[in-house]
Amino acid sequence: MTPLLEISGLHVEVEGREILRGLDLEVPLGETHAVMGPNGSGKSTLAHVIAGREGYEITGGVIRYGGEDVSELEPEERARKGVFLAFQYPVEIPGVNNTYFLKAAINEIRKHRDQPELDAVDFLSLMRDRVKLLDFDEDLIRRPVNEGFSGGEKKRNEILQMTVLEPTLAVLDETDSGLDIDALRIVAEGVNRMRSPERSFLVITHYQRLLNHIVPDRVHVLQDGRIVESGGSDLALRLEAEGYTKAAAVTA
Amino acid sequence: MPEPQRTLGAAEVEQLVEREYAYGFVTDIETEVVPPGLSEDVIRLISEKKEEPQWLLDWRLKAYGMWQGMTEPNWAKVSYPQIDYDAISYYAAPKSAVADGPKSLDDIDPELRRTYEKLGIPLVEQQRLAGVAVDAVFDSVSVATTFKEKLAELGVIFCSFSEAVKEHPELVRKYLGTVVPHTDNFFASLNSAVFSDGSFVYVPKGVRCPMELSTYFRINASETGQFERTLIIADEGSYVSYLEGCTAPMRDENQLHAAVVELVALEDARIKYSTVQNWYPGDKNGVGGIYNFVTKRGKCAGARSHISWTQVETGSAITWKYPSCILLGDDSIGEFYSVALTANRQQADTGTKMIHIGRNTKSTIISKGISAGHGQNTYRGQVKVLPGASNARNFSQCDSLLIGPDSGAHTVPYIDVANPEAQLEHEASTSRIGEDQLFYCRQRGIDPEEAVSLIVNGFARDVLSELPMEFAVEAQKLLGVSLEGAVG
Repeated sequence: MTPLLEISGLHVEVEGREILRGLDLEVPLGETHAVMGPNGSGKSTLAHVIAGREGYEITGGVIRYGGEDVSELEPEERARKGVFLAFQYPVEIPGVNNTYFLKAAINEIRKHRDQPELDAVDFLSLMRDRVKLLDFDEDLIRRPVNEGFSGGEKKRNEILQMTVLEPTLAVLDETDSGLDIDALRIVAEGVNRMRSPERSFLVITHYQRLLNHIVPDRVHVLQDGRIVESGGSDLALRLEAEGYTKAAAVTA
Repeated sequence: MPEPQRTLGAAEVEQLVEREYAYGFVTDIETEVVPPGLSEDVIRLISEKKEEPQWLLDWRLKAYGMWQGMTEPNWAKVSYPQIDYDAISYYAAPKSAVADGPKSLDDIDPELRRTYEKLGIPLVEQQRLAGVAVDAVFDSVSVATTFKEKLAELGVIFCSFSEAVKEHPELVRKYLGTVVPHTDNFFASLNSAVFSDGSFVYVPKGVRCPMELSTYFRINASETGQFERTLIIADEGSYVSYLEGCTAPMRDENQLHAAVVELVALEDARIKYSTVQNWYPGDKNGVGGIYNFVTKRGKCAGARSHISWTQVETGSAITWKYPSCILLGDDSIGEFYSVALTANRQQADTGTKMIHIGRNTKSTIISKGISAGHGQNTYRGQVKVLPGASNARNFSQCDSLLIGPDSGAHTVPYIDVANPEAQLEHEASTSRIGEDQLFYCRQRGIDPEEAVSLIVNGFARDVLSELPMEFAVEAQKLLGVSLEGAVG
């Protein structure tokens, strides 16, 4: 079966500097994969290039999603096809109500899937339901998007958006950074609850601790812009114990 | 690795903020136009056409005399070629509207009716529109006013200025020029000399006006100026919410709109005045568009009176206006909420003056400037506290949002305090729509155009929320966003 996400020989430049250098990665539908790597290895670049951010130039290789080459698609087109990126640094949008924003997003996505748009009542009940699951302060959904949120609240807001938008592929870019242990648990539970045969996750992280809570099917090690090693979830534990340098040395 | 920070390039911005002007059509209607040029004879002619009393003609001529000795102000941060005041026609009216005197709603020229329908302002007293009464001003004359009779039952006078001069001369004479004197400034003096029509409102003691009153100004004729005058008086303990909207055809010429608005709030009265300004802004290269040079001022004459100005300025090639409050009564309150959007080559120099005279007077200023393309946006405001204004307070907040590398935002606050008890606060900020905000929205499935309007509307939210609901919808649309699903 074709994997949901299939990246082969991907080279990406940012401001003229090559960050990804022939990256290969496959994530089958229904699986959760982790990408681990040291600072500067290209983790965030990978996340952004999958989402289609401008300024990340693909100089070689291809990104297939659901069998389709999506390398040239606009970010919103990929989003509507079910690609979701939980940002490492969620952006503040002053004055735009969190609920309003999310409703605009979900209806934009539904419109492109020929589904009827949700009205305010249906949407609010969906929101309330998700908010409860994530132990999210209801006050936050009425505030402007991420404005004045703590680091942990911003990350939880990303997961809230994910649970509302119900993507097919969710890319979590260092979602664990800046989270205390309670918030980490809540975020992980939110993700675990969404795991299904119809959905894949790509969990990008520096540290192994998140993977105690979200146990991946596969772990990939990213170093110098390439996947240098892949394995089961025990690989993460080994990396934690040995450090990236040694793991890489073993592979080399 | 650090994320690359990008600001939006000029081409991207142009695409994102490109807006079609939806009201640029011309109504083909037989119009009586006074030949271009300004002289005492022209003023006498206007006055005669309106069958005015002698005192008003005298007042006009006094203003004209003043104006001749005045020079055009040049302190604002706007630039435009010299205006030739002799090339403008000062009076233009559809023949069908002036023949045989004022018409009932049923007798309006179908062409005029169609025009207002196209503009989204049906001149009918429908149930659906029961909450809003409209005075429709077309070039130099009012062509219809809805709900006049219904309002009259409560003693509320809502009619064209010309009609007020005929029917309520004592009120007009008592208040005209008491807030903006005929000597006030170049454009106000010009207006005083040649003003043609506008709206008049009087709300009697203790009456809360049950519907929104509004005037819709339409410029149609070419090579003419529009010089309307609005006078609103809220008697003791009364309340009125008034709104004006305006549009004009797309033309290569610049047309002058020099209006004067005077508000008088007596003891315990409240006036809420809202503007959604959408004059033709000119094309992408800055050709054509309205010069919107307007003097608006309110006097809180009585104790505990309250005047709020709310404006959404999205149109006009140039906007020059400073809706102000004279806080004369003790404990009176003045407010100014403004959003000014300048795109392409538009220029706006706008703000307010809050003059604190009475004790315990309070004022609030919230100004949001949005500049895109080559747009230039200046906030210019003054807070003045006179010696007698003990315990006066002001809070000012001026925020600017820049879209693209070629736009400009400028803030020029003047503060002048002569009472040691006064408390003033001033906050200001400037921000840009970042590529990161856009990407964030797009990653959630939202179109870039929609994302920009979302961000812009969020920025303007504090002001938009001051508008009456019916008009908040229109204003949001003008800022480019649909109100579909205004949740929360």
